[in-house]
Amino acid sequence: MRPLILFFLLCSSSVFSQSVESVKLVDLQKIIQATGDRVLVINFWATWCAPCIKEIPYFEKLNTDDKNAEVILVSMDYDLDPNTDKVNRFVTRKKIKSRVLVLTENDPNSWIDKIDKRWSGALPATLVVNRKTGKRELTQGELGEGELEKLIAKVKNQ
Amino acid sequence: MKTTFLMMLFALLWAGSPVKEGYEIGDTAADFKLKNVDGKMVSLADFKNAKGFIVVFDCNTCPYSKAYNERIIALNKKYASLGFPVIAINPNDPTQSRGDSFDEMVKEAKKKGYNFPYLVDESQSVAKSFGATNTPHAFVLTKELKVAYIGAIDDSARKPQEATKHYVEDAVNALLTGKPVTTTKVKAIGCGIKWKNA
Repeated sequence: MRPLILFFLLCSSSVFSQSVESVKLVDLQKIIQATGDRVLVINFWATWCAPCIKEIPYFEKLNTDDKNAEVILVSMDYDLDPNTDKVNRFVTRKKIKSRVLVLTENDPNSWIDKIDKRWSGALPATLVVNRKTGKRELTQGELGEGELEKLIAKVKNQ
Repeated sequence: MKTTFLMMLFALLWAGSPVKEGYEIGDTAADFKLKNVDGKMVSLADFKNAKGFIVVFDCNTCPYSKAYNERIIALNKKYASLGFPVIAINPNDPTQSRGDSFDEMVKEAKKKGYNFPYLVDESQSVAKSFGATNTPHAFVLTKELKVAYIGAIDDSARKPQEATKHYVEDAVNALLTGKPVTTTKVKAIGCGIKWKNA
């Protein structure tokens, strides 16, 4: 009996150790538009997107190393699969430390431009915003080594 | 003299403006010549009786391409006989996406029974000139290769039966009946084209 209880306890703790928040467009817009001192770094990704998964370590590293950067990984999985379990499992398995959101909106054409007019909707895409000045950069496609730092430097420059 | 000056000025201004890649609605697309999965070269000019084209940048590997696969086959089934054949083009760099190699394309076309061209855009120049970004990414062209529609096939990648807007069908239907295309550009989430490293 005891080992069984222990087993369940272990299971539940691993399930609840990570949390992925579901958000609507308005929530995401508020996050993007908020002012502050840090640089916001939003990566749009999905569990099915191989180049996205390849570049996640860059964001994870930034998240732990740079206190002046606010890193958010926004999953676009909902568009193909409304069940967000897959995202939860991925985040747990990969031990992702950055904040992870799932955008739960249908009809991408109605909101892609509201995130950034330059964005085609293709994944991956990364949006970097200087919260002090509002200056923003969008890059589409997989980032190479050092490119994220260049984007951050770009929004910091006047 | 005055006109020469104006022309020179114009040329200067033209050269100074940034190069814009990709077609806009109303632009005339350039024809191309690409290798099909049967090994033959295919151009739009080969389709003498076409009233237009449904050009789809597509691939083997992207989950969105997989989700839309049956719908793309159905588009060709419905519209090829009406004069609007599907022309599928795979622009992905196979060194980054092994499942998109020419051999894999041949296998995929055979397995799915494609009865439309599935062309390889090895240099990626056709995808670049069209301004394709995602797979699948549809372009509806008139007979004169004027771009009439750019974007998603419909508004529900997840389930075809949940789609309320059928953008490509609506565009082709409008062209077939001589009416203006009402929705001309639609964005969608999708897999970014795997561009070759510069």
